Amino acid sequence: MTRVDPGYFLALAGLMFSIGVVGTLVRRNAIVIFMFVELMLNAVNLAFITFARMHGELDGQVLVFFVLVVAAAEAVVGLAIILRIYRLRESANVDDVNLLKW
Amino acid sequence: MEFEAPAVQLGAIGPEIALVTTALLLLIVDAFIPEGEERWYLAVLATIGFGVAIILAANQWGERELQLARMVAVDNFATFVKTSVAVFAVLTVWLSRDYLKRSEDEESEFYALLLFAAAGMMLMASAADLIMVFLALEIFSISLYVLVGFRRRSLASQESAMKYFLLGAFSSAFFLMGIALVYGATGTTNFYPGGGGEGIAGYLVSSAASDVDLLVLGVGLLIVGLGFKIAAVPFHMWTPDAYQGAPSPITGFMAAGTKFAAVATMLRLFVVVLYPLRADWRPILIAVAIATMLLGSVLAVIQEDVKRLLAYSSIAHAGFVLTGLIAANDRGLSGSLFYLATYGLTVLGAFAVVTVLAGRKERNVTLASYRGLFYERPLLAGALTLFMLSLAGVPLTSGFVGKFLVFGAAIQAGYWWLAVIGMLASVIATFFYLRVLVVMYMQEDDRGLQPAITGRLANSVVGLTAAATLVLGIVWGPLIDLAERATVFFA
Amino acid sequence: MTLDSYVPILFLIVLSTLFAVASIWVSSRIGPRAPTPAKLTPYESGIVPEGGIEKQRFPVKFYLVAMLFIIFDIETVFLYPWAVAYDNLKLFGLIEMGVFIAILLAAYVYVWRRGGLEWVD
Repeated sequence: MTRVDPGYFLALAGLMFSIGVVGTLVRRNAIVIFMFVELMLNAVNLAFITFARMHGELDGQVLVFFVLVVAAAEAVVGLAIILRIYRLRESANVDDVNLLKW
Repeated sequence: MEFEAPAVQLGAIGPEIALVTTALLLLIVDAFIPEGEERWYLAVLATIGFGVAIILAANQWGERELQLARMVAVDNFATFVKTSVAVFAVLTVWLSRDYLKRSEDEESEFYALLLFAAAGMMLMASAADLIMVFLALEIFSISLYVLVGFRRRSLASQESAMKYFLLGAFSSAFFLMGIALVYGATGTTNFYPGGGGEGIAGYLVSSAASDVDLLVLGVGLLIVGLGFKIAAVPFHMWTPDAYQGAPSPITGFMAAGTKFAAVATMLRLFVVVLYPLRADWRPILIAVAIATMLLGSVLAVIQEDVKRLLAYSSIAHAGFVLTGLIAANDRGLSGSLFYLATYGLTVLGAFAVVTVLAGRKERNVTLASYRGLFYERPLLAGALTLFMLSLAGVPLTSGFVGKFLVFGAAIQAGYWWLAVIGMLASVIATFFYLRVLVVMYMQEDDRGLQPAITGRLANSVVGLTAAATLVLGIVWGPLIDLAERATVFFA
Repeated sequence: MTLDSYVPILFLIVLSTLFAVASIWVSSRIGPRAPTPAKLTPYESGIVPEGGIEKQRFPVKFYLVAMLFIIFDIETVFLYPWAVAYDNLKLFGLIEMGVFIAILLAAYVYVWRRGGLEWVD
């Protein structure tokens, strides 16, 4: 079996993370923003697994479990909040939600 | 593969276990009691839970060890933070009791989430592994997302919860990427050497300074994640919105508890573990601290809403306490601890006054509505005066002692110019604290502002925090002594 | 790793395929048939399909069920490493997992008592 250079995986993780950052900053829909945040978290998971393989140990893979579970809990709370706004306001667009201003 | 089960000493996280158990108990007990009854027992149960947690935490004073697979540090530092957070939380429970009384929002979830949040903050203080820091951070963050949006029929509350949540999740992702890069660079997420691994601290001692690039990048991302939690500029955008929309007791708890927990982690991480890397993290934190102090103070001046004003003030205070961290010496450590403990009590008191005046409907939160408060409610106005003076750092209040300590530490470490900028920012900040006082004393109003909450518990919270602010400003010795003994780290 | 170690996986694939095909076949043989218009319309998670479904609002209960599913589903992820390491962890692992399940059970009781599992108000 040929061994793929771990550098490629890290590059992919970096790319996914960057796409997530840009997407979070430019998109306006709360649910879409949250999907980009999830993309960033998955990039982190990929980085963890790659580093675990480079170090030849399992710790990094164990960390992925914790990230997964916390991300799920966060998703549930986040969707509940967005849903509540939608019911009060009929919109999931971040720009429509503008009561609070400095 | 041979495997040995780790030795588990659950006593190490005894306080957290007490809080989580109480929270689960609250949720289950309440689910079996029919609706429509007066729910006084919820606050009582929560108070008992915090009482047990404080006793368990205090019992750990003097211990010095790593437990639970070297994930949790039991030391004086953690004990100091845990006890303070539990005290903040108890005051919040009492304030919330009168705030929620007989409303549809008075539910077990409110107290249970408060208990979970406090447990997460406590765990932050003793976390000795980056993944434990992450879990603790998420435990209190997710609880707070829900608490901020607890006024379910208020769009403003939901809106602030959404902003807090989206930016919080965003910053968590940065924090996690930071952990991944640190893990990639060092091969470990553990802080201290021992137990078959060298830990991050051991790695820094053993490796050459040339191959820390990846580690420094990771540390930079960790600063983004933690900077968000303490509301440091440029990661502060969520603060005014979240503080304004959240229920007032929760706002006070966020300002007091979140800041303490996140700075505690930063102290352990930067001043102890990453001390050899200080040439790399110091310039970043100095830039952040200066921007935070100045921007927080300047923007607070133009606020018309008291909760937003206090939000910008809390941003400025994050900058002040960072100067103690940047000093990275013993005085900076104990000074930061003293600063955060006293700031927490003062800011809780300030939000208690806001709560008493605003009530559950969150009315009368503009600065204009405080007109002539002194002539209507001299005691409340007097307490608020004390809190404002303490936040401004006027002598004979605890805020002055705290600022004196952290700026003194910065001067001792050779950063006298940072202390000068800090004092300059304090002077700007004094302006808007005085503005609140002017409104209360100098302007008369025939409208007759009446407190929305008249409960004894809420008023006793105002009284207790006011007493603490005054007493700690005059007799500061014992608390400073405790803070100094708390800087005995497991290193 | 030799090919031998893949035999259980092959066995599992064959068995699960057989089971799936057999279940469908048996139910089509022995199940009663009484087609009505309602039964012949496309299945859309229980609501009557109409034109322009993308404009419609789903009952909030679907989201609630989905959220409860996500959260309880993902917790089971911890059961897998535990099951793999069970022989090494022995009684210690069993007790730890018991505590974990007990906490999940508390959450379940809470959801159940608060009416999170009721479909009709």
